[in-house]
Amino acid sequence: MIHYNRFTLDNGLRVIVHEDATTPMAVVNVMYDVGARDEDPAQTGFAHLFEHLMFGGSVNIPEYDEPLQMAGGENNAYTTNDLTNYYIELPAENLETAFWLESDRMLSLAFSEKSLEVQRKVVTEEFKEHYINKPYGDVWHKMRELAYSRHPYRWMTIGRELAHIEQAKLEDVKSFFFRHYRPINAILVVAGKVTTAQVKTLAEKWFGDIPSGEKYVRNLPAEPQQQEAHLLEIKAKVPLDALYKTYHIYPRKDQRYYTADLLSDILSGGGSSRLHQVLVKEKKLFSNIDCYHFGSLDAGLLAIDGKLVKGVKMKDAEKAVQEELVKVQQEIIPERELQKVKNRVESMLAFEDMGLLSRANNLAFYELLGDASLMNSEFENYERVTAKDIQEEARIIFSEKNSNTIHYYAGN
Amino acid sequence: MINRKKAPAIKDAVDFDIVLKPYEQFKLDNGIPVYVVRSEEQETLQLELVFPAGSWYETENLVASAANFLMKNGSSKHSALQINEMAEYYGAYLNRNCFHENATYTLHCLTKHTAELLPILQEVILDPVFPEEELAVFSQNMKQKLAVNLQKCEFVANRHIDKYLFGEFHPYGRVSSMEAYDALQTESLKAFYQRHYNYANCKIFIAGNLPENIIPLLNQYFGSTNWNGDTVTLRPELPILPAEEKKYRIFNDENGVQGAVRVARPFPNRYHPDFPKMLVLNTIFGGYFGSRLMSNIREEKGYTYGIHSQLYNFRQASAINVSTEAGRDVCEATLVEVYKEMERLQKEAVPEEELSLVRNFMIGSILGDLDGAFQVIQRWKNLILNDLDENYFYNNIRTIKTITAAELQQLAQQYYNKEDCYELIVI
Repeated sequence: MIHYNRFTLDNGLRVIVHEDATTPMAVVNVMYDVGARDEDPAQTGFAHLFEHLMFGGSVNIPEYDEPLQMAGGENNAYTTNDLTNYYIELPAENLETAFWLESDRMLSLAFSEKSLEVQRKVVTEEFKEHYINKPYGDVWHKMRELAYSRHPYRWMTIGRELAHIEQAKLEDVKSFFFRHYRPINAILVVAGKVTTAQVKTLAEKWFGDIPSGEKYVRNLPAEPQQQEAHLLEIKAKVPLDALYKTYHIYPRKDQRYYTADLLSDILSGGGSSRLHQVLVKEKKLFSNIDCYHFGSLDAGLLAIDGKLVKGVKMKDAEKAVQEELVKVQQEIIPERELQKVKNRVESMLAFEDMGLLSRANNLAFYELLGDASLMNSEFENYERVTAKDIQEEARIIFSEKNSNTIHYYAGN
Repeated sequence: MINRKKAPAIKDAVDFDIVLKPYEQFKLDNGIPVYVVRSEEQETLQLELVFPAGSWYETENLVASAANFLMKNGSSKHSALQINEMAEYYGAYLNRNCFHENATYTLHCLTKHTAELLPILQEVILDPVFPEEELAVFSQNMKQKLAVNLQKCEFVANRHIDKYLFGEFHPYGRVSSMEAYDALQTESLKAFYQRHYNYANCKIFIAGNLPENIIPLLNQYFGSTNWNGDTVTLRPELPILPAEEKKYRIFNDENGVQGAVRVARPFPNRYHPDFPKMLVLNTIFGGYFGSRLMSNIREEKGYTYGIHSQLYNFRQASAINVSTEAGRDVCEATLVEVYKEMERLQKEAVPEEELSLVRNFMIGSILGDLDGAFQVIQRWKNLILNDLDENYFYNNIRTIKTITAAELQQLAQQYYNKEDCYELIVI
């Protein structure tokens, strides 16, 4: 059970305080309700590029990192398809430094041409490092385009192509900032050796006078139900053949999301899971195979990916995967196996809650999802799932016409 | 109106009094030392068994890591699947790791399941049988993984730079290969296991919320003298044979759009008085986001997504290693800038403002690292396994708080010489 207090400033900024007197540290976490899904299809990668620019100085503070490091703090940020999150961890005595820095960059950025120019290059190198200069690095770009026809999940957070990042202009940066980075679209979580009264005073002092901004109303094109199986064959300079399959699942708040999550654990959560046991250990068709999903807020994808043992034919490997999927569709899973994956979730949640940063992060995430209190009832959502639910959802999710497949062949 | 241009007052690092929470120590009936750091705030625990069974002690390449990996894959009573299933049923994580010096098995679980999980851990540690079949699958899959990794410039660069620093026969410089995986035999794994995973070699580290009867429980499962004898492993010193040639350019992928750049030089180990000082200099140079290397090569020039300098924590000898992946056409320019930053630290004293920032950053980061019992036991483990005590830890903190710009400059003059460095670009 994670305790917290909450209040909202007049400008609409939601503030959540999690007091923990056992740590000498404090965390300040600011989550903005904007991600790659909110981008213009002609300007993808923008939310993430923007995250970099948030470190390029704000209207009153030329350097973001230096004063924070001087206060003994560390920070980082990440952008997903759904959201953008910034966090600071520092000694609790220096908490106000974090308020000063975060509030100033919410007030306004410095919008420096130099910073944009450098960060364009940095992000270009990030793109190359992760998606071009790696074997199989392009697969998720291609898979997203294969699986989505309309929803903006069809591009990656890093962007669809390098050109979009290279062409970003300062005016775009400004308008993006004033549309999304406003108190009304943000959640502030303060955690650690702090008191609610202290946070209230500091929040009023530093964030209180920032103009509210307009509530961003999300109106994304819905992905129509997939009507037929999609298949793409790729040949590239990689050492091993690989198989990738994805299936559309449910939005994060749908109860069936939890069923799909447990289903993925049945198939590949640990050394005793089905795909690993049958396909890697017994049949020796794959050297590794995993099943996972991305935890997306809108309807996401359940993925299966594995590398084939040299000499194994794609057709045979895929058939064996299919047999395992048919098994969960036809046979109800044993009670002990269901209990195993639920115990795994219980344990995972307990370990997640150990870190102060992770608690702060999660409070912001669940608040974005609708209400921070959802964090404390998360396990109940898993407990509700029955073996019958898993079988039913396996039938729906793993239906042929809901599938997207990439055969990735080792070429020269 | 508040003045947003003025930074709020801060408490300086030198004023933080960092205390390493002490451990409790117990001994099992057979003499195994158990180090304990308790905390009641959560319902989880971490239990780690450490043996001197790293690659240091192997006489055939990869035997140490293969033995460590496969101990979990079958006992005289249960198959790999059954062992995994029993542990995973309780939501536990049973991880193993093989390093240069030590090899470990770590259990993470909810406190309430400890009693059910210890017998499984016991089986893995005391009764592995190393089935042929498991070794065959392991070797095949590791070879496949290696084939993929060999396409990555950073993986290839890491292998080479360690080879230059320590020589390919030294455990710090030795690398895996297809041939070495093919040559593995269950007989050598068994022999290695029996020689090193015995009670006389074992140390146990536990942290978190512990059951009342944790020591009796540990005695029940690990306290006997009937496993693998009582030969204490002795640690021989091994000759380091660094490469003579200093400059390397390797083409791994003719279409590569980035290159892995490495600049490295040998450095004395942690027992040398320069080591704690170098931790500070290395931070300034390339050890945090605001470092000289990051500011210049990422934030000023945009050559890379990130560049770091690290100080190896190996026991016999350390090294300084600068690493980055940079755009293919700016790899050489990156090297030039790395050397420029080394030279700047030799020629100019670090400004007081920057030094003070780094002191504060480092102390803040240690404070954050010591947050929670799992982190505290980690610190103690590093000290204990290296035959050190808290004085070493406090001495490092003192160095961070008191080292002068003059000392840092002198250190740079001694260790940041271009001609002492290995440099490597892998495209």
